[in-house]
Amino acid sequence: MQSKMKESDPILEVKNLSASTDNLPILKGVSLTVYPGEIHAIMGRNGCGKSTFSKIIAGHPSYEITNGDIKFLGENINSLEPEERSQSGIFLGFQYPIEIPGVSNLEFLRVSTNARRKFLNKEELDTFDFEELVKEKLEIVKMDQAFLSRSVNQGFSGGEKKRNEILQMALLEPKIAILDETDSGLDIDALRIVASGIKRISNAQTGIILITHYQRLLDEIKPNYVHVMSDGQIIKTGESDLALELEKKGYEWTDSFIKET
Amino acid sequence: MVNENLVKDVVKEPYKYGFVTDIETEKIAKGLNEDIVRLISQKKEEPKFLLDFRIKAFKKWQKMKEPDWATLGYKEIDYQDIIYYSAPKQKEKISSLDEVDPKLLETFDKLGIPLTEQKKLTNVAVDAVFDSVSIATTFREELAEHGVIFCSISEAVKNHADLIEKYLGTVVPASDNYFAALNSAVFSDGSFVYIPKGVNCPMDLSSYFRINSGDSGQFERTLIIAEESSSVSYLEGCTAPMFDTNTLHAAVVELIALDDASIKYSTVQNWYAGDEEGIGGIFNFVTKRGKCLGKRSKISWSQVETGSAITWKYPSCLLLGEESVGEFYSVALTNNLQQADTGTKMIHIGPKTKSTIVSKGISAGKSKNSYRGLVKMGRKATGSRNYSQCDSMLIGDQASANTFPYIKSQQPNSEIEHEASTCRISEDQLFYLQSRGIEFEEAVSMMVSGFCRDVFNQLPMEFAAEADKLLALKLEGSVG
Repeated sequence: MQSKMKESDPILEVKNLSASTDNLPILKGVSLTVYPGEIHAIMGRNGCGKSTFSKIIAGHPSYEITNGDIKFLGENINSLEPEERSQSGIFLGFQYPIEIPGVSNLEFLRVSTNARRKFLNKEELDTFDFEELVKEKLEIVKMDQAFLSRSVNQGFSGGEKKRNEILQMALLEPKIAILDETDSGLDIDALRIVASGIKRISNAQTGIILITHYQRLLDEIKPNYVHVMSDGQIIKTGESDLALELEKKGYEWTDSFIKET
Repeated sequence: MVNENLVKDVVKEPYKYGFVTDIETEKIAKGLNEDIVRLISQKKEEPKFLLDFRIKAFKKWQKMKEPDWATLGYKEIDYQDIIYYSAPKQKEKISSLDEVDPKLLETFDKLGIPLTEQKKLTNVAVDAVFDSVSIATTFREELAEHGVIFCSISEAVKNHADLIEKYLGTVVPASDNYFAALNSAVFSDGSFVYIPKGVNCPMDLSSYFRINSGDSGQFERTLIIAEESSSVSYLEGCTAPMFDTNTLHAAVVELIALDDASIKYSTVQNWYAGDEEGIGGIFNFVTKRGKCLGKRSKISWSQVETGSAITWKYPSCLLLGEESVGEFYSVALTNNLQQADTGTKMIHIGPKTKSTIVSKGISAGKSKNSYRGLVKMGRKATGSRNYSQCDSMLIGDQASANTFPYIKSQQPNSEIEHEASTCRISEDQLFYLQSRGIEFEEAVSMMVSGFCRDVFNQLPMEFAAEADKLLALKLEGSVG
């Protein structure tokens, strides 16, 4: 599928990745390459390994890589800490953003943004300069400034949490963003806001991986590639029409591919 | 949840106040009997009323039993194996700081408490106590201009005997508890503060307690009196060297606030906590109590307890005056094998009295951290209110946290509110912060300071920053 000539080097290159948690294999040889400007979608049943895949790319300590490589901008990052991955430009949008009581959202966003800026040899922002920047970015997700003074995600509605994720993505300006079911639990308006946020942030230099169950996000953001995952493997890859077919025929249709392989 | 590898990688910050000052000291023989009590009093050239006070306390102590109700486990204290008086040798009468042994000045310099005229802290007056004696008190003349008395309690006994005789033991009577009785019998030094009527103390007052000797106990006594319409903010800091034996610290602090007076008492306690195996460390048994004697008087305790192998401490308020206010803001952090049993007592006696309790306990390692508090509404405390909030945070899966709130009300027309919560720093929270580029250690300390914010907001500025740093330091390598 990705055999056509690419002009630039890949952002993310996952090769034959296997991983387990508590000795239970979850990923069983996943390969995926993302070039600048590409949008990939990963679909599949619950429990097929989609979320695990995203967590492993971000460096979650509960999973152990048993085989394969993750290369980011040409470097193997298998053993990098999660914070190093983030600082170097990998962003994971959480399916269930975590609440952190007592830590102000503004301070969290500032420390996080500065960690990335430091890595990029950009000047770190003080509270005043950061407030300017964050106000600008709030526009993208149509969030009120009141969000900033609350504790991180605490008491946020589902939609507010997801918008807060997109806000973080806008501030961190990652090279690659993996958005894990960012669309689930959103009403139509919130979905549009999130989708347009993603579109505004993505550009010819960034890669995006959307993990989703639903066509409706892909209606808003058209992927270049769609991958179907089952039992820790990518069992089929196609272009955006694969998602439509999947929506029509259901995952049972893809089960036949497993028997083939 | 455990993040073992990371934890092991983290370099532990050693206890940076663990040094010993090599100085010639005058110590009396180990052990405790009536002669020792008389000897201490004699060494301090005390008036008869104080000797009588001590002897009476000693006799009571002999009949008392060490309390065992706290959730603490430790090997029995041998009270005959302790030296009850230890003082650095110096000239008989010191008239100025120039005559203080330079080694002592250097010690306090190293602790970040410079005492000399050139270097002293500009915004706070300091009384520095080294083992059993007060070494120096800064800004005395400046304070005296406002009528404020700030000196060691030994000096106060000599120069202000009337005030001592009038107030000593009126808030914490010698018979109050085992450790208060012991302190009343053998107390060596401590601070004395007197704020005259209508005076707002022009600067923060501070005592710095330093234990240097390994085999002597420290028994300091602090007495603060705020006359009508006066106010004072008092800070207390404590450190000790690292010894592999346990040192007993049994202090008594008494506060008295008259009509419309306000006393704010802040502590950052960082006594040596023992090592990872629980060897050594200070046994900290402290009785702190304030009496809101006057109408609309206010006593506010804030404490950050991070040190000591054992902490047994319940800074309390007796709310006698109508509309008087008591507050208790506490952060208690335990790590490794530390044990803390701490909290407060708010005794509402007068009508329309108000109290607030905010307690944050953080337990890491294999430590035990208990909140124990009493809120009591007396018969006359009509229209009184209390609000308590007790939160515990567990770090790792081997630490324990307990909350023991006692509520007694004899007054139907009063309100008592109690909220409690327990949380744990989860691997998911840490991963979330890390996945946003925030280092592991910083992530932990962000969450801990977030948890403690309500209390830190109550601390004087310079203390709040110090407390924040101290917690971060204490937690290094503890998450797992």
